[in-house]
Amino acid sequence: MLHITCPWCGPRDDNEFHYGGEAHILRPAAPEKLSDGEWAEYLFLKQNAKGPFLERWSHSAGCRQWFNVVRNTATDEIIEIYPMGELPKSPEGIKAYEGNWRRQSAAEKNAKAGVSGT
Amino acid sequence: MKGSANGMRALRGGASRYSIFALARNALSYHENWQKAWRSPEPKPEYDVIIVGGGGHGLATAYYLASVHGIRNIAVVEKGWVGGGNTGRNTTIIRSNYLWDESAGIYEHALKLWEGMSQELNFNVMFSQRGVLTLAHSEHELKEMRRRVEAIRLNGIDSEVMSPAQIKQLVPIIDTNPGIRYPVMGGFIQRRGGTARHDAVAWGYARAADDLGVDIIQNCEVTGILRDGGKVTGIETNRGTIKAKKVGVVTAGHSGVVASMAGLNLPIDSRPLQALVSEPIKPCIDTVVMSNAVHMYISQSDKGELVFGAGVDSYNSYSQRGSIPTVEGLLAAAVELYPIVSRLRVLRTWGGIVDTCPDASPIISKTPVDGLYFNCGWGTGGFKATPGSGHVFADLIARDEPNAIAAPFSLKRFETGYLIDEHGAAGVAH
Ligand SMILES: Cc1cc2nc3c(=O)[nH]c(=O)nc-3n(C[C@H](O)[C@H](O)[C@H](O)COP(=O)(O)OP(=O)(O)OC[C@H]3O[C@@H](n4cnc5c(N)ncnc54)[C@H](O)[C@@H]3O)c2cc1C
Ligand SMILES: [Zn+2]
Repeated sequence: MLHITCPWCGPRDDNEFHYGGEAHILRPAAPEKLSDGEWAEYLFLKQNAKGPFLERWSHSAGCRQWFNVVRNTATDEIIEIYPMGELPKSPEGIKAYEGNWRRQSAAEKNAKAGVSGT
Repeated sequence: MKGSANGMRALRGGASRYSIFALARNALSYHENWQKAWRSPEPKPEYDVIIVGGGGHGLATAYYLASVHGIRNIAVVEKGWVGGGNTGRNTTIIRSNYLWDESAGIYEHALKLWEGMSQELNFNVMFSQRGVLTLAHSEHELKEMRRRVEAIRLNGIDSEVMSPAQIKQLVPIIDTNPGIRYPVMGGFIQRRGGTARHDAVAWGYARAADDLGVDIIQNCEVTGILRDGGKVTGIETNRGTIKAKKVGVVTAGHSGVVASMAGLNLPIDSRPLQALVSEPIKPCIDTVVMSNAVHMYISQSDKGELVFGAGVDSYNSYSQRGSIPTVEGLLAAAVELYPIVSRLRVLRTWGGIVDTCPDASPIISKTPVDGLYFNCGWGTGGFKATPGSGHVFADLIARDEPNAIAAPFSLKRFETGYLIDEHGAAGVAH
Protein backbone atom coordinates (compact mmCIF):
# COMPACT_ATOMS: atom_id res chain seq x y z
CA MET A 1 0.00 0.00 0.00
CA LEU A 2 1.21 3.48 -0.77
CA HIS A 3 1.59 5.95 2.04
CA ILE A 4 1.03 9.39 0.54
CA THR A 5 1.75 12.61 2.38
CA CYS A 6 -0.95 15.11 1.48
CA PRO A 7 0.64 18.60 1.54
CA TRP A 8 -2.33 19.80 3.65
CA CYS A 9 -3.32 16.81 5.78
CA GLY A 10 -0.13 14.79 6.24
CA PRO A 11 0.52 11.08 5.68
CA ARG A 12 -2.50 8.93 4.78
CA ASP A 13 -3.19 5.52 3.19
CA ASP A 14 -3.67 5.42 -0.57
CA ASN A 15 -7.38 4.55 -0.41
CA GLU A 16 -8.09 8.14 0.68
CA PHE A 17 -6.69 9.35 -2.64
CA HIS A 18 -7.79 9.37 -6.24
CA TYR A 19 -5.27 8.82 -8.99
CA GLY A 20 -5.08 11.38 -11.78
CA GLY A 21 -2.50 9.77 -14.06
CA GLU A 22 0.42 11.47 -15.80
CA ALA A 23 1.04 15.11 -14.79
CA HIS A 24 1.92 18.08 -17.02
CA ILE A 25 -0.03 17.01 -20.13
CA LEU A 26 -0.91 20.31 -21.79
CA ARG A 27 -4.07 20.58 -23.83
CA PRO A 28 -3.35 21.85 -27.34
CA ALA A 29 -4.52 25.44 -27.75
CA ALA A 30 -5.38 25.00 -31.43
CA PRO A 31 -6.27 21.34 -31.94
CA GLU A 32 -7.42 21.97 -35.50
CA LYS A 33 -3.77 22.62 -36.42
CA LEU A 34 -2.76 19.09 -35.39
CA SER A 35 -2.86 16.10 -37.72
CA ASP A 36 -4.90 13.05 -36.70
CA GLY A 37 -1.67 11.33 -35.72
CA GLU A 38 -0.51 14.21 -33.54
CA TRP A 39 -3.92 14.44 -31.90
CA ALA A 40 -3.90 10.67 -31.23
CA GLU A 41 -0.47 11.07 -29.66
CA TYR A 42 -1.81 13.71 -27.28
CA LEU A 43 -5.00 11.85 -26.51
CA PHE A 44 -3.93 8.21 -26.25
CA LEU A 45 -0.17 7.68 -26.05
CA LYS A 46 1.30 7.27 -22.58
CA GLN A 47 4.60 7.88 -20.88
CA ASN A 48 4.04 4.85 -18.58
CA ALA A 49 7.61 5.10 -17.29
CA LYS A 50 9.29 2.35 -15.31
CA GLY A 51 11.19 4.46 -12.81
CA PRO A 52 10.56 8.06 -11.68
CA PHE A 53 7.15 9.13 -12.98
CA LEU A 54 5.33 12.46 -12.58
CA GLU A 55 1.70 11.99 -11.67
CA ARG A 56 -1.31 13.74 -10.15
CA TRP A 57 -3.19 12.68 -7.04
CA SER A 58 -6.22 14.13 -5.33
CA HIS A 59 -6.96 13.70 -1.63
CA SER A 60 -10.54 12.86 -2.48
CA ALA A 61 -11.55 11.47 0.94
CA GLY A 62 -9.86 14.35 2.77
CA CYS A 63 -9.22 17.94 1.79
CA ARG A 64 -10.05 17.24 -1.91
CA GLN A 65 -6.95 19.10 -3.10
CA TRP A 66 -4.94 18.04 -6.15
CA PHE A 67 -1.14 17.87 -6.09
CA ASN A 68 1.76 16.34 -8.03
CA VAL A 69 3.93 13.41 -7.03
CA VAL A 70 7.25 12.02 -8.31
CA ARG A 71 7.05 8.27 -7.70
CA ASN A 72 9.38 5.50 -8.79
CA THR A 73 6.98 3.05 -10.43
CA ALA A 74 9.52 0.22 -10.20
CA THR A 75 9.70 0.40 -6.40
CA ASP A 76 6.65 2.55 -5.49
CA GLU A 77 8.97 4.90 -3.57
CA ILE A 78 7.63 8.45 -3.39
CA ILE A 79 10.45 10.86 -4.17
CA GLU A 80 8.80 14.29 -4.13
CA ILE A 81 5.41 15.93 -3.65
CA TYR A 82 4.87 19.38 -5.19
CA PRO A 83 1.95 21.74 -5.88
CA MET A 84 -0.17 21.88 -9.03
CA GLY A 85 1.13 24.40 -11.53
CA GLU A 86 4.76 23.88 -10.52
CA LEU A 87 7.54 21.67 -11.86
CA PRO A 88 9.48 19.09 -9.83
CA LYS A 89 12.67 20.15 -8.02
CA SER A 90 14.29 16.78 -7.22
CA PRO A 91 16.96 15.59 -9.68
CA GLU A 92 14.86 12.47 -10.45
CA GLY A 93 11.80 14.60 -11.07
CA ILE A 94 13.60 17.09 -13.31
CA LYS A 95 15.11 14.25 -15.35
CA ALA A 96 11.73 12.54 -15.72
CA TYR A 97 10.13 15.81 -16.80
CA GLU A 98 12.79 16.66 -19.35
CA GLY A 99 13.15 13.09 -20.65
CA ASN A 100 9.44 12.68 -21.38
CA TRP A 101 8.76 12.34 -25.15
CA ARG A 102 5.82 14.69 -24.71
CA ARG A 103 8.16 17.69 -24.34
CA GLN A 104 9.04 17.29 -28.06
CA SER A 105 5.49 16.49 -29.21
CA ALA A 106 3.54 18.63 -31.65
CA ALA A 107 0.65 18.81 -29.19
CA GLU A 108 2.79 20.33 -26.45
CA LYS A 109 4.38 22.82 -28.83
CA ASN A 110 0.90 23.75 -30.00
CA ALA A 111 -0.23 24.19 -26.38
CA LYS A 112 2.76 26.35 -25.46
CA ALA A 113 2.35 28.55 -28.52
CA GLY A 114 -1.27 29.14 -27.49
CA VAL A 115 -0.56 30.22 -23.92
CA SER A 116 2.31 32.61 -24.63
CA GLY A 117 2.00 35.61 -22.37
CA THR A 118 0.64 33.74 -19.32
CA MET B 1 -8.55 -20.69 -41.28
CA LYS B 2 -8.76 -24.34 -42.26
CA GLY B 3 -8.47 -27.09 -39.67
CA SER B 4 -5.07 -28.16 -40.93
CA ALA B 5 -3.79 -24.64 -40.51
CA ASN B 6 -3.89 -25.03 -36.75
CA GLY B 7 -0.65 -26.86 -36.68
CA MET B 8 -1.60 -30.51 -36.15
CA ARG B 9 1.80 -31.33 -37.62
CA ALA B 10 3.23 -31.06 -34.15
CA LEU B 11 1.56 -34.33 -33.33
CA ARG B 12 3.40 -36.21 -36.03
CA GLY B 13 6.42 -37.16 -33.99
CA GLY B 14 4.33 -37.13 -30.83
CA ALA B 15 4.84 -40.33 -28.95
CA SER B 16 2.86 -40.11 -25.73
CA ARG B 17 5.62 -39.26 -23.32
CA TYR B 18 3.72 -39.27 -20.10
CA SER B 19 1.94 -42.51 -19.22
CA ILE B 20 1.16 -44.61 -16.19
CA PHE B 21 4.13 -46.82 -17.11
CA ALA B 22 6.50 -43.87 -17.37
CA LEU B 23 5.26 -42.70 -13.99
CA ALA B 24 5.96 -46.09 -12.42
CA ARG B 25 9.36 -46.37 -14.10
CA ASN B 26 10.39 -42.90 -12.95
CA ALA B 27 9.15 -43.52 -9.44
CA LEU B 28 11.86 -46.17 -9.14
CA SER B 29 14.51 -43.54 -9.73
CA TYR B 30 12.90 -40.99 -7.40
CA HIS B 31 11.62 -38.93 -10.35
CA GLU B 32 15.11 -37.63 -10.99
CA ASN B 33 15.42 -38.88 -14.57
CA TRP B 34 12.44 -37.39 -16.40
CA GLN B 35 13.48 -36.09 -19.77
CA LYS B 36 13.63 -32.30 -20.13
CA ALA B 37 10.47 -30.89 -21.72
CA TRP B 38 12.53 -28.49 -23.81
CA ARG B 39 16.21 -27.76 -24.48
CA SER B 40 18.11 -24.77 -23.07
CA PRO B 41 20.19 -23.75 -26.07
CA GLU B 42 22.73 -20.95 -26.29
CA PRO B 43 21.44 -18.15 -28.53
CA LYS B 44 22.50 -18.45 -32.17
CA PRO B 45 24.00 -15.34 -33.82
CA GLU B 46 20.93 -14.87 -36.02
CA TYR B 47 17.29 -15.94 -36.35
CA ASP B 48 14.58 -15.44 -38.95
CA VAL B 49 12.18 -14.43 -36.18
CA ILE B 50 12.77 -13.53 -32.54
CA ILE B 51 9.83 -13.45 -30.17
CA VAL B 52 10.46 -11.28 -27.10
CA GLY B 53 8.56 -12.59 -24.07
CA GLY B 54 8.09 -16.21 -23.07
CA GLY B 55 4.54 -15.98 -21.77
CA GLY B 56 1.69 -17.99 -23.23
CA HIS B 57 1.14 -15.52 -26.07
CA GLY B 58 4.81 -15.43 -27.09
CA LEU B 59 5.23 -19.20 -26.93
CA ALA B 60 2.00 -19.78 -28.86
CA THR B 61 3.20 -17.31 -31.50
CA ALA B 62 6.46 -19.23 -31.91
CA TYR B 63 4.63 -22.55 -32.04
CA TYR B 64 2.24 -21.41 -34.79
CA LEU B 65 5.04 -19.74 -36.75
CA ALA B 66 6.76 -23.11 -36.82
CA SER B 67 3.75 -25.40 -37.22
CA VAL B 68 1.52 -23.36 -39.52
CA HIS B 69 4.02 -21.23 -41.42
CA GLY B 70 6.95 -23.62 -41.55
CA ILE B 71 9.45 -21.09 -40.19
CA ARG B 72 11.94 -23.04 -38.07
CA ASN B 73 14.76 -20.63 -37.29
CA ILE B 74 12.99 -18.98 -34.36
CA ALA B 75 13.98 -17.95 -30.84
CA VAL B 76 11.81 -17.00 -27.89
CA VAL B 77 13.79 -14.84 -25.47
CA GLU B 78 12.47 -14.51 -21.94
CA LYS B 79 14.02 -12.35 -19.23
CA GLY B 80 12.94 -14.67 -16.42
CA TRP B 81 11.43 -18.09 -16.77
CA VAL B 82 8.80 -19.32 -19.19
CA GLY B 83 5.30 -18.49 -17.93
CA GLY B 84 6.60 -16.47 -14.97
CA GLY B 85 4.76 -13.30 -16.01
CA ASN B 86 1.01 -12.82 -16.13
CA THR B 87 0.55 -16.25 -17.69
CA GLY B 88 1.54 -17.87 -14.41
CA ARG B 89 -0.23 -15.28 -12.24
CA ASN B 90 -3.67 -15.17 -13.78
CA THR B 91 -6.94 -16.67 -12.58
CA THR B 92 -7.44 -18.53 -15.89
CA ILE B 93 -10.97 -17.48 -16.77
CA ILE B 94 -11.76 -18.28 -20.39
CA ARG B 95 -14.79 -16.98 -22.28
CA SER B 96 -15.63 -15.38 -25.60
CA ASN B 97 -18.85 -13.51 -24.77
CA TYR B 98 -17.70 -10.02 -25.73
CA LEU B 99 -19.93 -7.27 -27.03
CA TRP B 100 -18.39 -6.11 -30.30
CA ASP B 101 -17.97 -8.14 -33.49
CA GLU B 102 -14.21 -7.56 -33.59
CA SER B 103 -13.78 -8.92 -30.07
CA ALA B 104 -16.10 -11.85 -30.76
CA GLY B 105 -13.85 -12.60 -33.73
CA ILE B 106 -10.61 -12.91 -31.79
CA TYR B 107 -11.93 -14.38 -28.53
CA GLU B 108 -14.12 -16.98 -30.22
CA HIS B 109 -11.23 -17.93 -32.51
CA ALA B 110 -9.25 -18.52 -29.31
CA LEU B 111 -12.04 -20.47 -27.61
CA LYS B 112 -12.27 -22.87 -30.57
CA LEU B 113 -8.51 -23.45 -30.34
CA TRP B 114 -8.83 -24.08 -26.58
CA GLU B 115 -11.31 -26.82 -27.35
CA GLY B 116 -8.63 -28.79 -29.22
CA MET B 117 -5.50 -27.60 -27.41
CA SER B 118 -4.69 -30.62 -25.23
CA GLN B 119 -4.85 -32.89 -28.30
CA GLU B 120 -2.93 -30.49 -30.49
CA LEU B 121 -0.08 -30.04 -27.99
CA ASN B 122 -0.26 -33.58 -26.62
CA PHE B 123 -0.21 -31.93 -23.20
CA ASN B 124 -3.11 -31.85 -20.77
CA VAL B 125 -3.90 -28.17 -20.23
CA MET B 126 -6.88 -29.16 -18.07
CA PHE B 127 -9.29 -27.01 -20.07
CA SER B 128 -12.55 -27.28 -18.16
CA GLN B 129 -15.71 -25.87 -19.74
CA ARG B 130 -17.45 -25.36 -16.44
CA GLY B 131 -19.26 -22.22 -17.55
CA VAL B 132 -18.69 -18.56 -16.73
CA LEU B 133 -21.57 -16.74 -15.08
CA THR B 134 -21.66 -12.94 -14.86
CA LEU B 135 -23.98 -11.38 -12.27
CA ALA B 136 -26.18 -8.30 -12.57
CA HIS B 137 -26.78 -6.32 -9.37
CA SER B 138 -29.02 -3.49 -10.49
CA GLU B 139 -31.93 -2.80 -12.81
CA HIS B 140 -29.58 -1.01 -15.17
CA GLU B 141 -27.08 -3.86 -15.26
CA LEU B 142 -29.92 -6.29 -15.93
CA LYS B 143 -31.11 -4.33 -18.97
CA GLU B 144 -27.60 -3.86 -20.28
CA MET B 145 -27.00 -7.58 -19.79
CA ARG B 146 -30.06 -8.59 -21.83
CA ARG B 147 -28.91 -6.40 -24.69
CA ARG B 148 -25.42 -7.88 -24.45
CA VAL B 149 -26.73 -11.45 -24.49
CA GLU B 150 -28.57 -10.79 -27.77
CA ALA B 151 -25.54 -9.13 -29.36
CA ILE B 152 -23.36 -12.07 -28.36
CA ARG B 153 -25.83 -14.59 -29.76
CA LEU B 154 -25.98 -12.72 -33.06
CA ASN B 155 -22.29 -13.53 -33.36
CA GLY B 156 -23.07 -17.23 -32.95
CA ILE B 157 -21.64 -17.38 -29.42
CA ASP B 158 -23.54 -19.21 -26.69
CA SER B 159 -25.04 -16.97 -24.06
CA GLU B 160 -28.05 -17.36 -21.77
CA VAL B 161 -29.81 -15.19 -19.22
CA MET B 162 -30.33 -16.74 -15.78
CA SER B 163 -32.82 -15.80 -13.08
CA PRO B 164 -31.80 -15.50 -9.40
CA ALA B 165 -33.52 -18.85 -8.71
CA GLN B 166 -31.57 -20.60 -11.48
CA ILE B 167 -28.38 -18.99 -10.20
CA LYS B 168 -29.05 -20.24 -6.67
CA GLN B 169 -29.49 -23.73 -8.06
CA LEU B 170 -26.22 -23.60 -9.99
CA VAL B 171 -24.26 -21.90 -7.19
CA PRO B 172 -25.73 -23.01 -3.84
CA ILE B 173 -23.19 -21.02 -1.78
CA ILE B 174 -24.36 -17.68 -3.20
CA ASP B 175 -26.61 -15.42 -1.14
CA THR B 176 -29.60 -14.44 -3.30
CA ASN B 177 -31.34 -12.56 -0.48
CA PRO B 178 -32.69 -9.36 -2.11
CA GLY B 179 -31.78 -7.38 1.02
CA ILE B 180 -28.00 -7.40 0.59
CA ARG B 181 -26.10 -4.31 -0.56
CA TYR B 182 -25.58 -5.63 -4.10
CA PRO B 183 -28.42 -8.13 -4.56
CA VAL B 184 -28.24 -10.80 -7.25
CA MET B 185 -30.85 -9.67 -9.77
CA GLY B 186 -29.91 -12.06 -12.53
CA GLY B 187 -26.97 -13.05 -14.64
CA PHE B 188 -25.81 -14.46 -17.93
CA ILE B 189 -23.75 -17.52 -18.57
CA GLN B 190 -21.49 -18.81 -21.31
CA ARG B 191 -21.49 -22.55 -20.77
CA ARG B 192 -18.57 -23.15 -23.14
CA GLY B 193 -16.41 -20.85 -21.02
CA GLY B 194 -14.36 -22.10 -18.09
CA THR B 195 -10.80 -22.41 -16.83
CA ALA B 196 -7.49 -24.09 -17.72
CA ARG B 197 -4.19 -24.81 -16.01
CA HIS B 198 -2.07 -21.71 -16.69
CA ASP B 199 1.38 -23.29 -16.29
CA ALA B 200 0.40 -26.20 -18.51
CA VAL B 201 -0.46 -23.79 -21.31
CA ALA B 202 3.01 -22.23 -21.18
CA TRP B 203 4.72 -25.60 -20.83
CA GLY B 204 2.63 -27.26 -23.52
CA TYR B 205 3.38 -24.55 -26.08
CA ALA B 206 7.05 -24.43 -25.01
CA ARG B 207 7.47 -28.16 -25.45
CA ALA B 208 5.61 -28.28 -28.77
CA ALA B 209 7.57 -25.29 -30.12
CA ASP B 210 10.87 -26.80 -28.98
CA ASP B 211 9.94 -30.04 -30.79
CA LEU B 212 9.68 -28.00 -33.98
CA GLY B 213 13.15 -26.55 -33.46
CA VAL B 214 12.28 -23.26 -31.74
CA ASP B 215 15.06 -22.14 -29.34
CA ILE B 216 13.61 -21.13 -25.98
CA ILE B 217 16.15 -18.92 -24.25
CA GLN B 218 15.38 -18.09 -20.63
CA ASN B 219 17.16 -15.60 -18.35
CA CYS B 220 17.74 -13.45 -21.41
CA GLU B 221 16.54 -9.88 -21.05
CA VAL B 222 16.14 -7.68 -24.09
CA THR B 223 17.80 -4.31 -23.48
CA GLY B 224 17.74 -2.81 -26.96
CA ILE B 225 16.11 -3.14 -30.35
CA LEU B 226 18.55 -2.76 -33.22
CA ARG B 227 17.42 -0.92 -36.32
CA ASP B 228 18.94 0.18 -39.55
CA GLY B 229 17.18 2.74 -41.72
CA GLY B 230 13.72 2.15 -40.29
CA LYS B 231 14.08 -1.63 -40.35
CA VAL B 232 14.64 -3.96 -37.43
CA THR B 233 17.92 -5.91 -37.51
CA GLY B 234 18.06 -7.64 -34.15
CA ILE B 235 18.07 -7.26 -30.40
CA GLU B 236 20.54 -6.39 -27.69
CA THR B 237 20.33 -8.63 -24.62
CA ASN B 238 22.17 -9.29 -21.38
CA ARG B 239 23.59 -12.32 -23.21
CA GLY B 240 24.82 -10.36 -26.20
CA THR B 241 23.55 -9.21 -29.57
CA ILE B 242 21.23 -11.48 -31.55
CA LYS B 243 20.41 -10.61 -35.14
CA ALA B 244 16.93 -11.13 -36.58
CA LYS B 245 14.98 -10.42 -39.74
CA LYS B 246 11.79 -9.96 -37.76
CA VAL B 247 11.05 -9.29 -34.09
CA GLY B 248 7.67 -9.85 -32.40
CA VAL B 249 7.28 -8.28 -28.96
CA VAL B 250 4.83 -9.93 -26.54
CA THR B 251 5.83 -8.56 -23.15
CA ALA B 252 2.48 -7.66 -21.52
CA GLY B 253 3.06 -5.13 -18.69
CA HIS B 254 6.54 -4.31 -19.99
CA SER B 255 5.42 -3.48 -23.53
CA GLY B 256 5.93 0.24 -23.01
CA VAL B 257 9.46 -0.33 -21.75
CA VAL B 258 10.38 -2.45 -24.78
CA ALA B 259 8.62 -0.08 -27.19
CA SER B 260 10.72 2.82 -25.93
CA MET B 261 13.84 0.82 -26.92
CA ALA B 262 12.66 1.27 -30.51
CA GLY B 263 11.69 4.91 -30.02
CA LEU B 264 7.97 4.09 -29.97
CA ASN B 265 5.22 5.09 -27.55
CA LEU B 266 2.15 3.00 -26.87
CA PRO B 267 -1.34 3.84 -25.61
CA ILE B 268 -0.72 1.61 -22.59
CA ASP B 269 -0.65 2.08 -18.83
CA SER B 270 0.91 -0.66 -16.72
CA ARG B 271 -0.96 -1.41 -13.52
CA PRO B 272 -0.99 -4.12 -10.85
CA LEU B 273 -3.79 -6.67 -10.94
CA GLN B 274 -4.18 -8.84 -7.88
CA ALA B 275 -5.61 -12.23 -7.06
CA LEU B 276 -5.63 -14.53 -4.05
CA VAL B 277 -6.49 -18.08 -3.04
CA SER B 278 -8.01 -19.46 0.13
CA GLU B 279 -6.88 -22.57 1.95
CA PRO B 280 -8.18 -25.66 0.12
CA ILE B 281 -11.67 -26.90 0.98
CA LYS B 282 -14.02 -29.55 -0.39
CA PRO B 283 -15.65 -28.81 -3.75
CA CYS B 284 -18.36 -26.19 -3.29
CA ILE B 285 -18.52 -24.28 -6.57
CA ASP B 286 -18.14 -25.92 -9.97
CA THR B 287 -18.47 -22.89 -12.23
CA VAL B 288 -16.92 -19.42 -12.46
CA VAL B 289 -18.91 -16.45 -11.15
CA MET B 290 -17.94 -12.89 -11.98
CA SER B 291 -19.40 -9.70 -10.67
CA ASN B 292 -18.42 -6.45 -12.31
CA ALA B 293 -20.30 -4.13 -9.95
CA VAL B 294 -18.37 -5.33 -6.91
CA HIS B 295 -15.07 -6.07 -8.70
CA MET B 296 -14.86 -9.68 -7.63
CA TYR B 297 -14.91 -13.11 -9.17
CA ILE B 298 -14.60 -16.61 -7.81
CA SER B 299 -13.88 -20.17 -8.90
CA GLN B 300 -12.44 -23.27 -7.26
CA SER B 301 -9.23 -24.93 -8.33
CA ASP B 302 -8.83 -28.69 -8.61
CA LYS B 303 -6.75 -28.54 -5.43
CA GLY B 304 -9.76 -27.07 -3.62
CA GLU B 305 -8.54 -23.51 -3.15
CA LEU B 306 -11.11 -20.82 -3.82
CA VAL B 307 -9.56 -18.51 -6.41
CA PHE B 308 -10.53 -14.83 -6.10
CA GLY B 309 -9.76 -12.02 -8.46
CA ALA B 310 -10.15 -8.29 -7.99
CA GLY B 311 -10.38 -5.20 -10.14
CA VAL B 312 -7.21 -3.56 -11.40
CA ASP B 313 -5.30 -1.23 -9.04
CA SER B 314 -5.82 2.46 -9.66
CA TYR B 315 -2.26 3.64 -10.30
CA ASN B 316 0.63 2.78 -12.64
CA SER B 317 3.25 0.49 -11.19
CA TYR B 318 5.75 -2.17 -12.18
CA SER B 319 6.35 -3.42 -8.65
CA GLN B 320 4.23 -6.59 -9.01
CA ARG B 321 2.64 -5.70 -5.69
CA GLY B 322 -0.79 -4.24 -5.41
CA SER B 323 -2.51 -2.15 -2.83
CA ILE B 324 -4.16 -3.69 0.24
CA PRO B 325 -7.43 -1.71 -0.08
CA THR B 326 -8.07 -3.49 -3.40
CA VAL B 327 -7.82 -6.85 -1.67
CA GLU B 328 -10.00 -5.64 1.23
CA GLY B 329 -12.67 -4.51 -1.23
CA LEU B 330 -12.58 -7.86 -2.99
CA LEU B 331 -12.89 -9.77 0.28
CA ALA B 332 -15.73 -7.57 1.57
CA ALA B 333 -17.69 -8.35 -1.58
CA ALA B 334 -16.82 -12.05 -1.38
CA VAL B 335 -18.02 -12.35 2.21
CA GLU B 336 -21.30 -10.66 1.43
CA LEU B 337 -22.09 -12.70 -1.68
CA TYR B 338 -20.72 -16.02 -0.40
CA PRO B 339 -21.12 -15.96 3.41
CA ILE B 340 -19.36 -19.33 3.89
CA VAL B 341 -16.02 -17.81 2.89
CA SER B 342 -15.95 -15.57 5.97
CA ARG B 343 -14.30 -18.32 8.02
CA LEU B 344 -11.66 -19.26 5.45
CA ARG B 345 -8.07 -18.20 5.67
CA VAL B 346 -6.21 -16.60 2.80
CA LEU B 347 -3.38 -18.82 1.63
CA ARG B 348 -1.55 -16.37 -0.59
CA THR B 349 -2.04 -13.17 -2.57
CA TRP B 350 -0.05 -11.89 -5.52
CA GLY B 351 -0.05 -9.37 -8.32
CA GLY B 352 0.92 -9.14 -11.94
CA ILE B 353 1.52 -6.06 -14.08
CA VAL B 354 -1.14 -5.74 -16.75
CA ASP B 355 -0.99 -3.64 -19.91
CA THR B 356 -4.23 -1.64 -19.99
CA CYS B 357 -5.36 0.02 -23.21
CA PRO B 358 -7.75 3.01 -23.45
CA ASP B 359 -10.47 0.91 -25.12
CA ALA B 360 -9.81 -2.28 -23.13
CA SER B 361 -8.95 -4.10 -26.34
CA PRO B 362 -5.60 -5.55 -27.40
CA ILE B 363 -3.04 -4.33 -29.91
CA ILE B 364 -1.90 -6.84 -32.56
CA SER B 365 0.00 -4.66 -34.94
CA LYS B 366 2.76 -3.70 -37.27
CA THR B 367 4.74 -0.65 -36.16
CA PRO B 368 6.45 2.24 -37.93
CA VAL B 369 9.62 0.09 -37.78
CA ASP B 370 9.71 -2.52 -40.58
CA GLY B 371 9.83 -6.07 -39.29
CA LEU B 372 8.91 -5.05 -35.73
CA TYR B 373 5.53 -6.21 -34.44
CA PHE B 374 3.72 -5.73 -31.15
CA ASN B 375 1.15 -7.89 -29.43
CA CYS B 376 0.02 -6.32 -26.15
CA GLY B 377 -2.71 -4.37 -24.40
CA TRP B 378 -4.57 -7.50 -23.25
CA GLY B 379 -4.77 -5.93 -19.83
CA THR B 380 -6.73 -7.87 -17.25
CA GLY B 381 -8.07 -10.49 -19.63
CA GLY B 382 -5.64 -11.92 -22.14
CA PHE B 383 -5.14 -15.45 -20.86
CA LYS B 384 -8.36 -16.56 -22.54
CA ALA B 385 -7.00 -15.28 -25.84
CA THR B 386 -3.64 -17.09 -25.64
CA PRO B 387 -4.06 -19.58 -28.54
CA GLY B 388 -5.98 -17.16 -30.78
CA SER B 389 -3.57 -14.32 -30.12
CA GLY B 390 -0.55 -16.51 -30.92
CA HIS B 391 -2.24 -17.88 -34.01
CA VAL B 392 -3.09 -14.54 -35.62
CA PHE B 393 0.14 -12.87 -34.48
CA ALA B 394 2.18 -15.63 -36.11
CA ASP B 395 0.18 -15.04 -39.27
CA LEU B 396 0.86 -11.28 -39.11
CA ILE B 397 4.59 -11.82 -38.64
CA ALA B 398 4.84 -14.47 -41.37
CA ARG B 399 2.89 -12.52 -44.00
CA ASP B 400 3.65 -8.96 -42.83
CA GLU B 401 -0.07 -8.38 -43.29
CA PRO B 402 -2.89 -8.73 -40.73
CA ASN B 403 -5.66 -11.23 -41.40
CA ALA B 404 -9.32 -10.33 -40.94
CA ILE B 405 -9.33 -11.27 -37.25
CA ALA B 406 -6.22 -9.24 -36.37
CA ALA B 407 -6.78 -6.21 -38.61
CA PRO B 408 -9.15 -4.25 -36.30
CA PHE B 409 -6.57 -4.41 -33.49
CA SER B 410 -3.94 -2.36 -35.31
CA LEU B 411 -2.29 0.63 -33.61
CA LYS B 412 -3.83 2.73 -36.38
CA ARG B 413 -7.19 2.59 -34.65
CA PHE B 414 -6.11 5.28 -32.23
CA GLU B 415 -5.56 7.58 -35.17
CA THR B 416 -8.70 6.69 -37.12
CA GLY B 417 -10.85 6.67 -34.00
CA TYR B 418 -12.08 3.16 -34.72
CA LEU B 419 -11.81 2.09 -31.07
CA ILE B 420 -13.21 -1.22 -29.87
CA ASP B 421 -14.62 -0.16 -26.54
CA GLU B 422 -14.93 -3.23 -24.34
CA HIS B 423 -15.11 -1.37 -21.03
CA GLY B 424 -18.88 -1.74 -20.62
CA ALA B 425 -19.98 -4.62 -18.47
CA ALA B 426 -16.68 -6.37 -19.15
CA GLY B 427 -14.70 -3.47 -17.70
CA VAL B 428 -13.20 -5.14 -14.68
CA ALA B 429 -13.73 -8.69 -15.62
CA HIS B 430 -11.54 -11.28 -17.16
C1 LIG C 1 -3.86 -11.48 -11.17
C2 LIG C 1 -4.22 -11.64 -12.63
C3 LIG C 1 -5.39 -12.30 -12.98
C4 LIG C 1 -5.74 -12.45 -14.32
N1 LIG C 1 -6.86 -13.17 -14.62
C5 LIG C 1 -7.17 -13.44 -15.91
C6 LIG C 1 -8.26 -14.30 -16.22
O1 LIG C 1 -8.93 -14.83 -15.33
N2 LIG C 1 -8.55 -14.52 -17.54
C7 LIG C 1 -7.82 -13.95 -18.53
O2 LIG C 1 -8.14 -14.17 -19.69
N3 LIG C 1 -6.75 -13.14 -18.26
C8 LIG C 1 -6.40 -12.88 -16.97
N4 LIG C 1 -5.32 -12.09 -16.68
C9 LIG C 1 -4.57 -11.45 -17.78
C10 LIG C 1 -3.60 -12.45 -18.41
O3 LIG C 1 -2.80 -13.03 -17.41
C11 LIG C 1 -2.70 -11.78 -19.43
O4 LIG C 1 -3.43 -10.95 -20.31
C12 LIG C 1 -1.97 -12.82 -20.27
O5 LIG C 1 -1.51 -13.89 -19.48
C13 LIG C 1 -0.82 -12.17 -20.99
O6 LIG C 1 -0.01 -13.16 -21.55
P1 LIG C 1 1.37 -12.80 -22.18
O7 LIG C 1 1.97 -14.06 -22.64
O8 LIG C 1 1.18 -11.72 -23.17
O9 LIG C 1 2.15 -12.12 -20.97
P2 LIG C 1 3.15 -12.68 -19.86
O10 LIG C 1 2.81 -14.06 -19.42
O11 LIG C 1 3.26 -11.64 -18.83
O12 LIG C 1 4.47 -12.80 -20.69
C14 LIG C 1 5.30 -11.69 -21.02
C15 LIG C 1 6.72 -12.11 -20.76
O13 LIG C 1 7.60 -11.12 -21.27
C16 LIG C 1 8.75 -11.14 -20.46
N5 LIG C 1 9.50 -9.90 -20.66
C17 LIG C 1 9.16 -8.64 -20.27
N6 LIG C 1 10.13 -7.77 -20.61
C18 LIG C 1 11.09 -8.50 -21.23
C19 LIG C 1 12.37 -8.16 -21.81
N7 LIG C 1 12.83 -6.90 -21.81
N8 LIG C 1 13.11 -9.15 -22.36
C20 LIG C 1 12.65 -10.44 -22.36
N9 LIG C 1 11.48 -10.80 -21.82
C21 LIG C 1 10.71 -9.85 -21.26
C22 LIG C 1 8.19 -11.30 -19.05
O14 LIG C 1 9.17 -11.80 -18.14
C23 LIG C 1 7.03 -12.26 -19.27
O15 LIG C 1 7.35 -13.61 -19.00
C24 LIG C 1 -4.93 -11.90 -15.35
C25 LIG C 1 -3.75 -11.23 -15.00
C26 LIG C 1 -3.38 -11.12 -13.66
C27 LIG C 1 -2.11 -10.41 -13.31
ZN1 LIG D 1 -5.47 16.41 2.15
